[in-house]
Amino acid sequence: MSKEIVASIKENVIQGRKTKDDIGIDDSLAGTPGVVELTEQAVKGDVSPQMIITEGLTAGMQVVGEKFSTKEYFIPDMLASAEAVGAAMDILKPVLEAASVESKGRFAIATVKGDIHDIGKNIVAILVKGAGYEVHDLGIDVPTEKVVEFVRDEKPQYLGLSALLTTTMTEMGVVITALEENKLRGGVKVLIGGAAVSQEFAKEIGADAYCVDAFQAVKVLDGYQQGD
Amino acid sequence: MPRDGILVDRPYERLTREQVELIHRASMQILTDPGLISFNKEAVDILDGHGAKVEAIAGDHEIWHVTVPEQVVLKALETAPKSVKLGARNPDNALVMNGDEPRVYLITGSETNIWLDVDFPTYVNKADPAREIRVPEFKPRRGMIDDLCRSAHVCEHLEMVDGYIRTVNIQDRDITEENKDVNKFFASLNNNTKHFMTGLTSLKQLDNVVRMAELIAGGKKALEDNPLISFITCLVKSPLQFVDDTTATFIEVCRRGLPVAVSSSPQAGTSAPIKEAGIMAQINAEVLAGITLGQLVRPGTPVLYGSVPVRARMDTLNDSYGAVETSQYNVDCAQMARFYGIANYSTAGVCDSKVPGLQSSIERLFSDIVVAMSGPQYLHCAFGLLDCNSVFCLLQAVIDDAHFKMIKSFLRQPRVDQAEIDTVLKQIREVVATPQKMYISHIRPVLRSGEISGVYPFEGTGDVDDAFEIAYSRMKELLATPVQHIDERTTARIFEEVPGILPRLNVYERGK
Amino acid sequence: MSEDIIGLIRENVIQGRITKDDEGMEEGMVGQPGVSELLDSALAAGLPIRDIITKGLSGGMDVVGQKFEAGEYFIPDMLASAEAVGAAMEVLQPRLASSGIDSKGTIIVATVKDDLHDIGKNIVSILLRGAGYIVKDLGNNIDTQVIVDAVRKDKPQVLGLSALLTSTMARMGDVIQALEESGLRDQVKVIVGGAPVSEEFARSIGADGYGADGFQAVAVVETLASGTQS
Repeated sequence: MSKEIVASIKENVIQGRKTKDDIGIDDSLAGTPGVVELTEQAVKGDVSPQMIITEGLTAGMQVVGEKFSTKEYFIPDMLASAEAVGAAMDILKPVLEAASVESKGRFAIATVKGDIHDIGKNIVAILVKGAGYEVHDLGIDVPTEKVVEFVRDEKPQYLGLSALLTTTMTEMGVVITALEENKLRGGVKVLIGGAAVSQEFAKEIGADAYCVDAFQAVKVLDGYQQGD
Repeated sequence: MPRDGILVDRPYERLTREQVELIHRASMQILTDPGLISFNKEAVDILDGHGAKVEAIAGDHEIWHVTVPEQVVLKALETAPKSVKLGARNPDNALVMNGDEPRVYLITGSETNIWLDVDFPTYVNKADPAREIRVPEFKPRRGMIDDLCRSAHVCEHLEMVDGYIRTVNIQDRDITEENKDVNKFFASLNNNTKHFMTGLTSLKQLDNVVRMAELIAGGKKALEDNPLISFITCLVKSPLQFVDDTTATFIEVCRRGLPVAVSSSPQAGTSAPIKEAGIMAQINAEVLAGITLGQLVRPGTPVLYGSVPVRARMDTLNDSYGAVETSQYNVDCAQMARFYGIANYSTAGVCDSKVPGLQSSIERLFSDIVVAMSGPQYLHCAFGLLDCNSVFCLLQAVIDDAHFKMIKSFLRQPRVDQAEIDTVLKQIREVVATPQKMYISHIRPVLRSGEISGVYPFEGTGDVDDAFEIAYSRMKELLATPVQHIDERTTARIFEEVPGILPRLNVYERGK
Repeated sequence: MSEDIIGLIRENVIQGRITKDDEGMEEGMVGQPGVSELLDSALAAGLPIRDIITKGLSGGMDVVGQKFEAGEYFIPDMLASAEAVGAAMEVLQPRLASSGIDSKGTIIVATVKDDLHDIGKNIVSILLRGAGYIVKDLGNNIDTQVIVDAVRKDKPQVLGLSALLTSTMARMGDVIQALEESGLRDQVKVIVGGAPVSEEFARSIGADGYGADGFQAVAVVETLASGTQS
């Protein structure tokens, strides 16, 4: 029973079906339970959260990743799957906490002051959440003080900063300097990204990593997990 | 006499009249439901005073929800000029655009961070060391103000370039946010006598650049008659949001009565619906909202219907200018602008490819042709731009010029009337009666009249495709031509009255 | 006065004007005498034929050639000039011998049997006439026997054969063989041309020369013809 339901979760992650109303790739699935319903069932049925995550969600995402690299899947497919995983993680969060299982870590993300572009940032948030991290999206046009305050109070291990404009990218450097001045820089890895940003620029402002796209953001975070 | 541009006799249109009206209706509905979000207070106040409904939204930011009723938009469309003149340092380079006339002017653009240098290293065949070929090699580097000067200079001599939008983001060490605008204006205007359009980095510099333009034009009144500069402002961020700083710039430019392109750049799939009907209804609503705001600020202010729609690519969600849908949206926008009788700022020639080559040629030529055929008045056609407008390559600009010459030849008016038919019938009867039956002798009278186009100007010799190398020597020739700088007296006054221009840009002080 | 007429002939060759009705390169020339009318005046004034040819006609064609090289002139311009020279030479040919001038000789051109294409051959004819040759253009779709008979009768220095089709190019070989069989091959140089023809093909059928285009044909003829004369 538990094996079946976990396999079904995996299949629905691959299909990118969050709820029963989603169509997925194979349209014959419409109406059948999606990842959210299946995860709820599994939790009720006392399937271990570790098994749901590893054999259901993560295993499903792995297949999605492969399909993406062979160009069978496109970004919209990938995002649908990541969103389904993210929704399942929300359901599992209290269960994991009760079982005192540690999460992969907290990731805060913001588009810097003066910039209201958020598509890239939103995609990163979805994929990082889909990869099993706890994501705090601080929004767009976020003042430096607010970022610093969040880092101080919530102590995320990772901070992602985004800027799309040549005129706002320098704000990312301002945030890093502010973290240093508040003696918070040591406790948080800063990842930056956005159309105008480059590896060279990341080095210039003292960021820990530059992410050319959302996948790289996940890769960089997973790298930190493995102690890179 | 303004420049000729390309008059497209019968513009290519995708939409029927009914479809145009459906999109118009949908846009009107969008402006009331869901309406717009404004991050700019002044825009809210202006719209509020003219019949729009505004409401503050609680939260961290000062933002407002704005709905604009149809009659407010229609009234604004009435005051928006149907004919817009863009002046030029050399008045012969002026552009006159009528909203109902599909006369296409070709314009450069955009602001890229990266400048692509070209070199031709020699490669030796391993199997046959006697065989050598030269292959173009492209090297990216940070764009500098000297590059902007060079690009402006070459674009002055590219025949098909009707107007200049700054191509390179100047990233010299001594360029700051504060002095960037005056320097990019001066570098461009001092090396190019065509119309100059740009965005503004800092609103604080608006008066300085306007003053510079007045000095060049010969006074305030002269600038009004010959508006040799204009602005482009992306005041709307899709979907349906007035951005704070660009909206502030837009309002100030409108106040000064200078021409301005109201531009919106939604990406189908992310910031606009992936469906054609959806992105069209939305971009049209966004541009009309901007035009409405501009007309409320100053009725009669010259505006362009600025459309930069693009489709998302599915593997990265980045812009895909090479996608055929991107061209479809642009063609549709030209038609919508014509429906309102307002000149259209459109885009073509932008490519996904990162270096000049087969992909870049095909991507850009495809959209160049179809979008030019749709008859937008002001066509940003990405002279020299690569990698979705993030890279500028002067060599590519020289090649683009040649391609546009072909497009212009193609789009010339057909000449078929009774007199012409009479002439050719006579000719056919005459030639057929001769033993040789050749029409060659009748070529001569039209040979140099412009009715006969040339061969590809960078035609290779056969063994290798040496188009790049031939184009490169053309580029070198153009770079070696003398520059028509602003005269010494005016230059001195500009340096006196406009603070922040780098002294090294003053060509009259260099020798001293 | 005589210098003036010859200068005008030269100028009108450059302009490509045969008669007073032709337009030429520059505007406003219609109505002024062309090469034909000027030649009549020159002959009436008793100007030396040698000067008319070298200074007027050839002198003009030299300039036309230079302008073509420089990309200023196109083929239609070149042909108009060559036609003007050709028309003048037609008038002058009968008078050459009495003036002690050697004729450059006769060239026969033909498009072979079953081939109706003649633009290339026509252009070659015009250019050869413009270069001072007497050109007998047999036309297109010409029987091998007709060509052989013409060679026997007119004794041309060079025979130019043209074929545009892969299916007819082999006929050019037939003509050469027929010339051999008739014992005429040694008396005439054969040059071949046409879109499917190549240097290699020319050699394989035993032709003496190959012209890739009209200009090359003229150059090859000039070499071959001077060879046969000396």
